[in-house]
Amino acid sequence: MYVLNQICKIFDSRTVAVRELDLKIGRGERVALIGPSGAGKTTLFRMLNLTIPPTSGTLLFDGLDSRHFSGRRLREVRRRIGTIYQQHNLVPRLQVVHNVLSGKLGSWPTWRAVQSLIRPTEADLALEALRHVGIADKLYERTETLSGGQQQRVAIARLLAQDPEVILADEPVSSVDPALAAGIVKLLIDLSETHCKTLLMNLHSVDLAFAHFPRLIGLKDGTISFDLPAAAVTDEHLAALYVGSQTEAVEEEIFSRAEPSFVRSCQPHLTR
Amino acid sequence: MQNRHSSAPVSLTLPARRHSNFQIVWSVLFILTFLGSYRLAQVKPLLLLEPEGRRNIWRFVTGMFPPDLSWDFVSLLGRPIIETIQLSLMGTFMAVVIGFPLGLLATRSLTFTGILNEREMVDSRRSVFLLRKGTYLLVRAILSLFRTIPEFVWAFMFVRAVGLGPFPGVLAIGISYAGMLGKVYSEILEHVNPGPLESLQATGASRLTILLYGLLPQALPNLVSYTLYRWECAIRASTILGFVGAGGIGQQLEISMRMFNFNQVLTLVAILFVMVAGVDVLSAKVRRTILSRSSV
Amino acid sequence: MAERSTQMVAQARSRGRNRLSAHNLIILAGLLILMAWSYVGTEFSLRQLLGGESAVQILTYIRKLFPPDLSTEFLLKTGYWTLETFAMSFLGTILAVLIACCLVFLSSRNLMFTGLLFEMEQSRPWIRALRTTLYLTAKAALNLLRTIPHLVWALILVFAVGLGPFPGMLALGIHTGGVLGRLFGEVMENVETQPIEALQATGASRLQILFYGILPQVLPECVAYTLYRWEVNIREAVILGYVGAGGLGQQIQIAISLFLEHRLLTLILAIYLIVTAVDALSAHLRRRLT
Repeated sequence: MYVLNQICKIFDSRTVAVRELDLKIGRGERVALIGPSGAGKTTLFRMLNLTIPPTSGTLLFDGLDSRHFSGRRLREVRRRIGTIYQQHNLVPRLQVVHNVLSGKLGSWPTWRAVQSLIRPTEADLALEALRHVGIADKLYERTETLSGGQQQRVAIARLLAQDPEVILADEPVSSVDPALAAGIVKLLIDLSETHCKTLLMNLHSVDLAFAHFPRLIGLKDGTISFDLPAAAVTDEHLAALYVGSQTEAVEEEIFSRAEPSFVRSCQPHLTR
Repeated sequence: MQNRHSSAPVSLTLPARRHSNFQIVWSVLFILTFLGSYRLAQVKPLLLLEPEGRRNIWRFVTGMFPPDLSWDFVSLLGRPIIETIQLSLMGTFMAVVIGFPLGLLATRSLTFTGILNEREMVDSRRSVFLLRKGTYLLVRAILSLFRTIPEFVWAFMFVRAVGLGPFPGVLAIGISYAGMLGKVYSEILEHVNPGPLESLQATGASRLTILLYGLLPQALPNLVSYTLYRWECAIRASTILGFVGAGGIGQQLEISMRMFNFNQVLTLVAILFVMVAGVDVLSAKVRRTILSRSSV
Repeated sequence: MAERSTQMVAQARSRGRNRLSAHNLIILAGLLILMAWSYVGTEFSLRQLLGGESAVQILTYIRKLFPPDLSTEFLLKTGYWTLETFAMSFLGTILAVLIACCLVFLSSRNLMFTGLLFEMEQSRPWIRALRTTLYLTAKAALNLLRTIPHLVWALILVFAVGLGPFPGMLALGIHTGGVLGRLFGEVMENVETQPIEALQATGASRLQILFYGILPQVLPECVAYTLYRWEVNIREAVILGYVGAGGLGQQIQIAISLFLEHRLLTLILAIYLIVTAVDALSAHLRRRLT
C-alpha cells in the first residue's frame, strides 16, 4: 500500500522531524508505531495521509507517486485514507450527524454537502455508523456537548462513513480514559480484520501494541529504530527505543495507573 | 434508546429542535422587517444605474483627482487641523471628568450589590438600600440619555445656545462621550475579579481605599484603553461637528462639498485618515506601555 | 527567607521611586501642557460654563425645549421618520454583511494561497500569482471602503442619487461592509485548524471545508459583530440624515434651523427610544447566540 523511500521532513528549514526513512506497508497489514514523544510519529502520519508533503524522498501510495497528486486527483486519493486524530479534530459546533457525514465529503459534490447541512441527506448511514460505536442516541446532539471519549467515537464513526482502504490512527486513545482505550483499539482492529483494511496506529501504550498487532515499528529521532514482528521485539529493543528520553508516554502511563489510588490516599474522607 | 433504533433503523425523524420556535419566530420577523424596511427606505437600486446618477458619480470621482495640494488651500487647513486635535483632546478630557464619577455611581457592585455591600445591606434599613438603588438607576438613565443622542445633535444645540466655534464642539463631545465612557467604565469595574476586594474589605479598608487599591489597579489598563479608543472616535467625529459649525476640519469639508470642489474633499479625507491613523498608532503605543507596566 | 523579604522591600522601594521618575514627570508635564494648549485653543471657559453667560444661555435653551410637541399629527410623522431611520440602519447592515461576505473569502490568506490547505498543492506559478492578486485587490477594496467615513460616503451618494434614505442606507452599507470585512477576516484567520486538517484528510474540497469546517466555527462570532455594528449604525443613520439622507436626522436639522424647539425635543425622545430599543434587541440576540 505504502512504499516510502528516503523520506525526510524538515520544518522551517531547521527542525528535522523525519530523516531518511524507508518503509513498506502491504495491503491489509496491521502495524503499530511506538516511540517516545517527538520521535516524528505524528509528522510521519501527516505525510502518510497526504496533509503535508515530504521535504525530500519519494512516497508511493498504491504505486502512485504522491508528488503527482494535485487538485481532484489528490482529493480522490485522500478519500481512500481515513485518519483518527489524538484530539479527534471534530468541528465542535456542528451536530454529531454532520461531523459523521463529513466523512462522505470526498465522494459528495459540493451542492450535496451544503444541502446535507440543511437536512442530513444520509442520516441513516450516520446512524448506522454511530450505532457501531455505541452512541446512536447522540445523533442530533451538538458535538461540543459530548465527553472526550464520546467525541473520539464520533471520529471513528466519521471514519466508518468514509469507508477508506487505509486507516491511520494517530494516538487514538491518549485523550481517552484507560478503560475505554482498549475498547476503541479493539474496535479499530476488528474493523481492519473484517474488511481487510490496512491499519497503522501510533500508540503510547506498549502493552496494547503487543496485544493486538502482529508488526511493531519503533520510531526514534525521526528514524526507524526497529521494524519487527511482535514476537521478535525484546526488552532490549524497547530499552534502546526509550533510552535517553524520559518519555512523557511512560510517565503518563504510570500517572494514569497510579491515579485512582493516589486520589484515594489524598482524600481518605471520600472513600469512607 | 439503542433498541428503538435497531428495531427500526431507517425510520429517522428529524427532532423538532432543529427548527425551534426561536428560529421560526425570528426568521419571520426578519423577513417582515426586511420587506417593511425595503419599502420605507425607498430603495431604488436602478437609481445607481440611471444616466444621471452615473454621470454624477463619475463627476465626483474624476473631480477628486488630482487632490488639491495648492498652497492657497493647504495653508487654510493648518488652523482647522490643530483645532480638531485640541477639540478632541479637550472633549475627551471633559468626558472623562464627567463620565468617571457617573460610571462609579452606575457600577452595581459598588453601589448596592455584591460583596462590598453584603454586610451593610443586612444591617442598614431598607430606605438606604432604596436610595442607593435609586441613585444607580437615575445615573444609568442619565448616561443613556447622554450617549443615545448623537454628538452632532448636542453640538447643534450648543451652537444655538453659546454660539459658533470649537467651544460648543467640546461640550458636545464631552457630554455624549461621557455617556459612553460612563457605561463602559461601569461594565469594566463590574467585571473586576472580586477576590482581592474581599480580602481588602476583610482588613477593614473603607470603600474609597478599596476602590484605590483593589478596583482601579485591576481595571486601569482596560479603562485607559477604552478612553484612548474614544479619543480616536472624537477625531473622526470632528467631521460632522464642523458641519453644524462647532469647529474642526469638518467645516472646511462642508464648504468644499458645497462648492463642488471634490479635489479639496479628497485632500481633506486624506488628512483625516492620516490623523486617525496617527492617533491609532499613538494609542496602541500607550496601551502597550500600560499593559507591560501593569503586568510587572 | 529574610534575605528574600529584604529583596522584596528593596524592589518595592525601587518601584515606589519609579512612580515619580524623571521619565514619568516629563510625560505628566507634557500632558498638562497639551491640556492647557487645548483649553486655550478651544476657547473653553470653565467660569463661563459654571455660572457665567454660557450657563445661562444653555439653561435658557433647555427651558425653551419644553414642553415637547405631542400633537397627534407630529407624533405620527415622528413615528414615520423613526421607522425610516430604523429601515436605513437595518438594510444598511444587511448590505454591509453582503459586501463583507463577498470580499472576506478573497481576503483571507488561509483560503487563498497559504497554509494547511495548500501544503500538498503543486504550485503552478501563474495560478498562485492570480490568487495573490485577487487577495491583494480584495484587501485593498476593504481598506478603501473602511477608511472613507460614513459621512463622506453619504455626501457622495446623496450627490449621485439625490436626497432620501436610500443613499443613507448605501453609505452605511458600504462603510460598514469594509469594517465587517476586516473583522470577519480576523475571525477567519484565527479559526481552529485541527478540524480543517481532518476534513481535508477525508478528501473534502476547499469549498466543502469552508462550509463544514470554517463557517460553523466563525458564524456565531460574525453574527455578534454584525449585531454590534447594527447598534453603531442606528446612531450613524441619525447623523447621516443631517446631510440629506432622510429620517430623524434630517428633521432635527430642520427643527433646529427653524427654531422649532418643542418639536426638537420630541425628535430627541424618538432617537432615545429607537436607539435604546435597538441596543436592547441586539444585546438580547447576542445573548441567545452564545
